[in-house]
Amino acid sequence: MTAAISFDAVEVGTALPDRDVTITRVDLIRYAGASGDFNVIHWNRRIATAVGLPDVIAHGMYTMAQAGRLVTDWIQDPSALVEFGVRFTRPVPVPDDDAGAIVRYSALVAEKLPDRRVRLDIKAVHADATVLGRASAVVQLA
Amino acid sequence: MALNPDLVGRQYPPSPVYVVGREKVREFAAAINDTNPLSTDLDAARAAGFADLVAPPTFAFVITHVAMGNAMFDPDLGLDYTRVVHGEQRFEYHRPLVAGDEVTVVAMITSIRAAAGNDMLTLRSDVLDPAGDVIVSTHSVIVARGTGSKEAA
Repeated sequence: MTAAISFDAVEVGTALPDRDVTITRVDLIRYAGASGDFNVIHWNRRIATAVGLPDVIAHGMYTMAQAGRLVTDWIQDPSALVEFGVRFTRPVPVPDDDAGAIVRYSALVAEKLPDRRVRLDIKAVHADATVLGRASAVVQLA
Repeated sequence: MALNPDLVGRQYPPSPVYVVGREKVREFAAAINDTNPLSTDLDAARAAGFADLVAPPTFAFVITHVAMGNAMFDPDLGLDYTRVVHGEQRFEYHRPLVAGDEVTVVAMITSIRAAAGNDMLTLRSDVLDPAGDVIVSTHSVIVARGTGSKEAA
């Protein structure tokens, strides 16, 4: 399989479709079970606030997974992902309500590389603050 | 307490074999709302040339974070786990993980440094196939807050 996007069809600055991801408590519970990361700060407000956090916070890897989904939904072929990295710059508190926390994900082509690869710069913003720093992916385009 | 810098380069024995399960891939994809048919629809995955369901990109961390514990809980290291946060995460993919893969993980401490009063521990974990070839390498920066020096505030 190859990526759904042709190298020839993109330029530096080409934007991927952006999206808002809503994170609620049940998303964190489900992710804890699926990932095996049961750190209490992701589901217990009492302990989260005791260690200085404003509330239960999302798993960093959950916020990274959503950035990954933005990329793989674009290329459609997960095997076309070559590199993927982020810094966790700020936690995403998730309130105990139905509205949850909203993170806005966006990405664009930052550099065209040899061998029909591109580097994507990814942004993830919650409450006007960047939650993933230096987030980027290298993908093999068709 | 600062981390023991002598541990840079220490490699830990391979993890027990982890079998990537088809339903675990489906469960993980559902948990991150990943609707890619390659991760959920066996016929679609096979039609695209994969042996089985393809794990989403960050699934590798589910496997490596357990092996990373060998390093983080190494008594020689001196890491206070209650002060730990995940600082950075990076993946280098050679191929995707696919259900049915039987893998082991080899973890290694690649860097220990102090910055802004925090200790920064960098771990590399290689996910290996039975032949010993790397499927994916993960690089994780673990930050131990406020243990590096008196500058911590």
